[in-house]
Amino acid sequence: MKDQKAKIMFVCRTAPYGTIYEQEAIEAMIMFSSYEQDISVAFIGDGVFSLKKGQDPSLINIKNFTQTYLVLKDDFEISHLYVEKESLEERGVREEDLLAEVEVIPRAELRNKIDEMKVLLPF
Amino acid sequence: MKFGILLKESPYNYQAFDSVYNFANAALEMGHEIIGIFFYDDAVYVGNKYLEPPQGERNIKSYIHALKSKGVRLVICVAAGKRRGLTQNTVSESAEISGLGQLLELSIESDRLITF
Repeated sequence: MKDQKAKIMFVCRTAPYGTIYEQEAIEAMIMFSSYEQDISVAFIGDGVFSLKKGQDPSLINIKNFTQTYLVLKDDFEISHLYVEKESLEERGVREEDLLAEVEVIPRAELRNKIDEMKVLLPF
Repeated sequence: MKFGILLKESPYNYQAFDSVYNFANAALEMGHEIIGIFFYDDAVYVGNKYLEPPQGERNIKSYIHALKSKGVRLVICVAAGKRRGLTQNTVSESAEISGLGQLLELSIESDRLITF
């Protein structure tokens, strides 16, 4: 592998429950971050629901991944958790409903970030 | 151009693998390189060696043998596969089981990683 850090962005587009996409995306994030790449995660569309505070998925026997994102940011050096502002507005989700660690940015700015990426991994 | 491919969808519910097959063939014909296909999420089912579609139907198994014979590496994710019963005993001889590190390698070594 090349020495320089590759800019990689996971794009989370699906709601956290009902499909396995988020869970397996997180598994990939954990593995990728252990290889010291420059990794960021963007939440767009229904993906923004993954970051809402106060979730209790133990009721459906699923881990609470909102905790995992905090660990990814703090311990696994995922550089940014971006949330698209328009996706929040379309769904009536307020910024204060989300984990504090996320960065809410407008669609146009997210598009610029996406342009800088070497790799995009949509989930 | 060097392409890497990530497939996430299962072989029969979705057209995604058919599109991978067609994309890979078209790219190879045009002189591009496919450095590998990584099967993640339900896409690992593509690698099930016991697939047996009815005669006259498009045949996923023959597609993966064809890709392999053209030198394309087919990598089934070990963790996603284990969850779904894809192991050394059940995986097609045209595919290999390996870890997410292979997806990272495809991401970095390719000029473009295409997701289906």
